[in-house]
Amino acid sequence: MAQKSTLDRLKILADAAKYDASCASSGTSKRDSRGGKGIGSTEGVGICHAYAPDGRCISLLKLLLTNHCVFDCHYCVNRKSSNVERAKFTPQEVADLTLSFYKRNYIEGLFLSSGIIRSSDHTMEMLVETARILREEHDFRGYIHLKTIPEADPEIVHRAGLYADRVSINVELPTDAGLTRLAPDKNAGQIDGAMAGMKSAIVEAKDAKKRFRHAPKFAPAGQSTQMIVGADAASDADIVTRASSLYTRHRLRRVYYSAFSPIPDASAVLPLKRPPLIREHRLYQSDWLMRFYGFAPHEVAQAAGADGMLPLDIDPKLAWALKFRESFPVDVNRAPKEALLRVPGLGTRAVGQILMARRHRRLRLEDVAKLTVSVKKVQPFIVTVDWRPVLLTDRADLKALIAPKAEQLELFAA
Amino acid sequence: MTALQHVRLGTYYVVPMAGSDDFEEWRDHARRLLMADVPPDRVAWTEPGGSAGDLFSHGDRRLPVLDRDAAPPRVSKRFMDIAKTVLLNADPTRFSLLYRVLWRLQTKPRLIEDMADPDVRAMADMARAVRRDIHKMRAFVRFRVVEEEAEDGSRAEHYVAWFEPFHHILRHNAGFFTRRFANMRWSILTPRGSLHWDGETLREGPPATRADAPSGDPAEDLWRSYYASIFNPARLKVGAMLKEMPRKYWKNMPEAQLIPELIAGAQAREATMVEKGALDMGERPETLAAIDKAIHVCARCPIGELHNTAVMGEGPQDAFLMIVGEQPGDQEDLAGRPFVGPAGQLLDVHLAQAGIDRSAAYVTNTVKHFKYVQRGKRRLHQSPTAKEIDMCRWWVESERMIVQPKLVLAMGASAARGMLGRTVSVTKARGTLIPLEDGSELWVTAHPSYLLRLDGAGREEQERLFREDLAAVSARLAQLQAA
Repeated sequence: MAQKSTLDRLKILADAAKYDASCASSGTSKRDSRGGKGIGSTEGVGICHAYAPDGRCISLLKLLLTNHCVFDCHYCVNRKSSNVERAKFTPQEVADLTLSFYKRNYIEGLFLSSGIIRSSDHTMEMLVETARILREEHDFRGYIHLKTIPEADPEIVHRAGLYADRVSINVELPTDAGLTRLAPDKNAGQIDGAMAGMKSAIVEAKDAKKRFRHAPKFAPAGQSTQMIVGADAASDADIVTRASSLYTRHRLRRVYYSAFSPIPDASAVLPLKRPPLIREHRLYQSDWLMRFYGFAPHEVAQAAGADGMLPLDIDPKLAWALKFRESFPVDVNRAPKEALLRVPGLGTRAVGQILMARRHRRLRLEDVAKLTVSVKKVQPFIVTVDWRPVLLTDRADLKALIAPKAEQLELFAA
Repeated sequence: MTALQHVRLGTYYVVPMAGSDDFEEWRDHARRLLMADVPPDRVAWTEPGGSAGDLFSHGDRRLPVLDRDAAPPRVSKRFMDIAKTVLLNADPTRFSLLYRVLWRLQTKPRLIEDMADPDVRAMADMARAVRRDIHKMRAFVRFRVVEEEAEDGSRAEHYVAWFEPFHHILRHNAGFFTRRFANMRWSILTPRGSLHWDGETLREGPPATRADAPSGDPAEDLWRSYYASIFNPARLKVGAMLKEMPRKYWKNMPEAQLIPELIAGAQAREATMVEKGALDMGERPETLAAIDKAIHVCARCPIGELHNTAVMGEGPQDAFLMIVGEQPGDQEDLAGRPFVGPAGQLLDVHLAQAGIDRSAAYVTNTVKHFKYVQRGKRRLHQSPTAKEIDMCRWWVESERMIVQPKLVLAMGASAARGMLGRTVSVTKARGTLIPLEDGSELWVTAHPSYLLRLDGAGREEQERLFREDLAAVSARLAQLQAA
């Protein structure tokens, strides 16, 4: 078959990569291209160079090296039995494309993944080779995220960590049973083992760095993973519990959720209906609660209903507050930070500002109004000098009072 | 020192600023005014080229003489940090706002921490707008390459960008671009000034116009198609995009011209899907012959529009057993009969082994047409999508209503879906009885063509399972017939 043009292959392989949610380019070590011979810098904060109409940020050139694959995972558009058009790039081509985009300030770097061709080892070698060309031949100092393949030789995977800022291994599905059913070629134990191995390599490298200034960096932006939501029967509570165990056991930087979206040429084993997009959003919100608001996983699970699902109409923090009304109202002039963080409608920034401002004045409701987006949402849960919610937290219709009004569903919204 | 000593009542001062983003200049003026105890409402600050307005038209342009004995004002580092950012804001009131806060800080040193104070809040808002603009410039600058002849006659690449910032951030951002593109020749042109880096030194240039920048770049086609491909039309969220990438930035971003088209395309796609879902299938056919006739002209899904013929089920109209496959293959399509190709032959072998008489069974497919892609001379099988299966269920259901089998054997996930209307996993469903609404029962197994795709141990294992399934069905058939 005649070789497809770069443009055609880019279309196919970028299209195939869009089901990976992560596009983060933050949290890596600071470096720049001064004193080198190439280009690139990372300054801690990620930069989104563009936004697509799906609202997602485009920070990295997200590509698959190839979408040929010997695996047959049902939820994946590139599975062996799918009829999608196939294409592949060589490591050199991907490196050239990355540099060409980077020089024009389109991207922060590269996020490279791949279907499995020939063998896991061979595929991993190709991914590492791409990173090597960028780092060694072009002295590229931008961001590189490599997807690693749990089945590949740990030695090759280790080399990925030496070139990449971030490495990730997808757990794919929240439950092991789901994995067995939908990804017959994958093995939960192997994925877990690979993550554990990655974690210890990252910890070791950090440790060595403390003692030897020239110790090589290893995945300075840590590791992350992705779960597909809605392809199996796992409830939100299951997912949150799984995510929190991943955070603690493997010290992941992020767990990404990807709402299962009906893929072209879907396998008949899959549910036809996609889960509501808002479910993915609620899961991210619960992720935030655990990472920044001091919620324990079981507390997030408490916000979920009897079926283990988070409510879709209100955010999990509000859901929790409505269930545990005895924890409210909170006095903004006295309450500790932890209690303020639990108030629906108060974000981390607002809490920080309240803590600072209350050293200077006794806060009134109008002061709080200046520090928050919507004082109406906060009001029922707080006490200020001039405000006390009289029995409001006991009202049965409280949810109706503060929950966002049901909107006419937009045909194309979710 | 007493405050009143230095106040010159009735005197207004006009401070013309020479630079828009020069913090040192503001600081020097502010320090001098503060040491002379000039209250904020007696000072008018003017932008370069601006005027102070009528109120201060008779103001004193000379600043008060510095009192050498006055103690230099002290102010927290936090104020200085925020003030440096605020000064880059394009709002002409920023100089006076900063001076007002500075003045108030002298009596209330920790004022800056009180975010509920309107002045402090205004400062924070201005600083945030500047930081955002700084960040967006780093994100949205787009270089275009021009080949230029260097002094030694060699060709060199020069990367040139045209950008329109909203605040006075160009100089502030110079460091970022030199750090990032240290070994590249680049220029950033803006209406307020320009920056040029040759790999060693940074030069500032005069304001530029869009016409000074190149109008295109060969890599932009690649970039645009990347942008279009990475976008997932199944999840349109225009609001989220606009929040982070407001329209005001679009005109200098090559990919932004695609946005209207992408949005319209995604909506149209969804609309066709909705429309197709609502198809009216009309009256249910009452005879097998009627079904046969109808499926030959069916084009309700795209499969029916390919070059193929519909393949009707065959077998006795009162069959006890109905065997359902996925769809006709290449050979079935040519022969116009179900299960005559390689998968059919394999099926025959296994049916014979299990003691099931194929000629007594009604054999059909879930999808009536052959779905394929043309590869050279070959037509490669493609699995039907769930949508297509659901569309075609109408026919196989009609067949089942007429034949009324007591037992249905569905082979493969597509057939199972065709029977149940929902997806089940073959691995889970096989080997057990699934009751159907009309009192008959469904048994699920793998599709024989699945066995054909396997080899080695996998094939053996699957063949064994297939054999077991057929044996179970055979036993059940005997049981039912005896009853």
